[in-house]
Amino acid sequence: MAFVQNFPFFSILLCMFGGIVTSVLNKKAAKWATLLIAFAVFVLNALTWRYTLQTEGSYAFMMGHFPAPWGNEIRVGRLEAALATLFSLVMFLTLAAGVFNLDNHAEPQKQNLFFVMADLALAALLVMLYTNDLFTAYVFIEINTIAACALIMVRQNGHTLVSATRYMIMNLLASATTLLGISMLYGITGHLLMPQLQQSVAALHQSGQYQVPLTVVILLLTVGLGIKSALFPFHVWAPDAYTNAPPVSAGILSGLVSKGYIFLLIKIYYRVIGIEVIRAQYVLNILFVFGILGMILGSVSAIRQQDVRRMIAYSSVAQIGYVFMGLSMGTQAGTVAAIFHMLVHAIAKPALFISAAAMTDASGEHKSFHFLRGAAYREKAAGIAFTIASMSMVGIPLTAGFISKVRLSTAGMSQPGFAKYIILFALALSTLLNAVYFLQTVVHIYRRPTLEEQLTAPCPLRPMRKINRLALLSLSALTIILGILSGPIIQSIFVGLLSFS
Amino acid sequence: MPQQLMVNLEQTFSVILFGIGFTLLLLHRNLIKKIIGLNIMDTAVYLFLTSLGYITGREAPIVLNGVTDVEMYINPVPSGLVLTGIVVSVSFTAIMLALVIRLYRRYRTLDIDEITLLARKEVK
Repeated sequence: MAFVQNFPFFSILLCMFGGIVTSVLNKKAAKWATLLIAFAVFVLNALTWRYTLQTEGSYAFMMGHFPAPWGNEIRVGRLEAALATLFSLVMFLTLAAGVFNLDNHAEPQKQNLFFVMADLALAALLVMLYTNDLFTAYVFIEINTIAACALIMVRQNGHTLVSATRYMIMNLLASATTLLGISMLYGITGHLLMPQLQQSVAALHQSGQYQVPLTVVILLLTVGLGIKSALFPFHVWAPDAYTNAPPVSAGILSGLVSKGYIFLLIKIYYRVIGIEVIRAQYVLNILFVFGILGMILGSVSAIRQQDVRRMIAYSSVAQIGYVFMGLSMGTQAGTVAAIFHMLVHAIAKPALFISAAAMTDASGEHKSFHFLRGAAYREKAAGIAFTIASMSMVGIPLTAGFISKVRLSTAGMSQPGFAKYIILFALALSTLLNAVYFLQTVVHIYRRPTLEEQLTAPCPLRPMRKINRLALLSLSALTIILGILSGPIIQSIFVGLLSFS
Repeated sequence: MPQQLMVNLEQTFSVILFGIGFTLLLLHRNLIKKIIGLNIMDTAVYLFLTSLGYITGREAPIVLNGVTDVEMYINPVPSGLVLTGIVVSVSFTAIMLALVIRLYRRYRTLDIDEITLLARKEVK
């Protein structure tokens, strides 16, 4: 066994260890420790990705000393390694860019706890990407939920507490639903490891036994993970939570935490139940309707918002709709496009939340559009980052968002019958709506303030440091790099997905 | 169908309990009762799991008097899962109670609708 094969396990352990260490450090040391850990995780996973590209395919890594049907495993393939690499890089850049105004939101002596939660969220994300065991996945879903709730609660005002409570209630319902689904699946198959589960489920499907429980399991798991990833009709907790959390938490929550759940759902569809069985059920049709509705109604809600952060939060609902729409096509091409869109959103959304917060801070903490006029001149780096991320969300060429929209529409073209036209229409309409609210905001922040406004301009609260600006601009650069060099990443996603089934 | 429900009595009851807990957590306005609902819901899943692993007439899987015959013991995996699940639900209950304490200190009520209204009136 090559030494590199240990790296995914090391990176998970490093994050957990970081969570323990940062709980006793002071604020500054905790910040640097977490940044260092996130960067180390990025390097480790990048090396793993390179290793999986050099060798053929994937490998299972035994955790502990018990072999396959009993012991716990993680599985490393190109897709998992690629996603882990990019997600940990985004985590690193988001933390580096977003911590500048943490003092506005959290008590200084408790800020190290923020970094504990960031470490735990990263650990849980990595486990959800890599794990080969359904129950381990469940445990880390819960760890992720607690970490995410604590990331919202960092800010101690009434709105945030209410949002955190609502977040917890919805997520607890989802957790229990997922757990019941996993228990039922264990009941009808007797396995928890994914390859064994897939064999048993395929055998059950062929013999025609336990069809009703199987359908119930698929529904429970889909609804549970759908609620957690803010899929359209279950998204009620999301806008409040994203708006009232500190901006860096909002970036982590909508960019990274929700992606772990979606990827887990993809793994369940492809590696546990098997996509053939899923196609035979009607669950993909339901996801299709929810995805399309989310794409359109999420954007419509975003247009109606006065608060720029609420607008970004609703746009998140729309983007999750895109991902589920791609997933619901049930084809290889559709899922590849969905996973690529997950990456696009994971990179753009933290940049949007943080740059919007930087601009509102520079405009005296007013969040409504009226006060944002000319904000890009007050905080130039944030203006540039917001513009690039908006362009990616709208899908303008050269940015990553363009590639994912092209992929989604080409995948949609191969859908049978009427679905093809619905997909294309929804994509066109949603892009148009995205363009309305994002580009309007971009134009607004670049509008020269009048002389009177310049005189009465509020003084900036807490400007970004150079290092924050650098990290924010790196996130924007990543959007463009992903847009230009999308080939190898899509290749990794494609090959990784093929090895799933 | 009714016969199947009677055969799987534990599972039937656990799903009913799950429904009760789910409804309480989703719809009840009192936050403490929501937490009680959460616990009912989680316990229902544990009942479901343990009853899956239990085989009538067998012992808990702790080797006694050197008997290692598989036929003597129940399936230990569901019990292990339940233990893990209990840890998870304890931490969830703790974090929810902490949230409720904070909300109560601020708003002096446990009604989630009232709290939402009061929070809306606050200046952002």
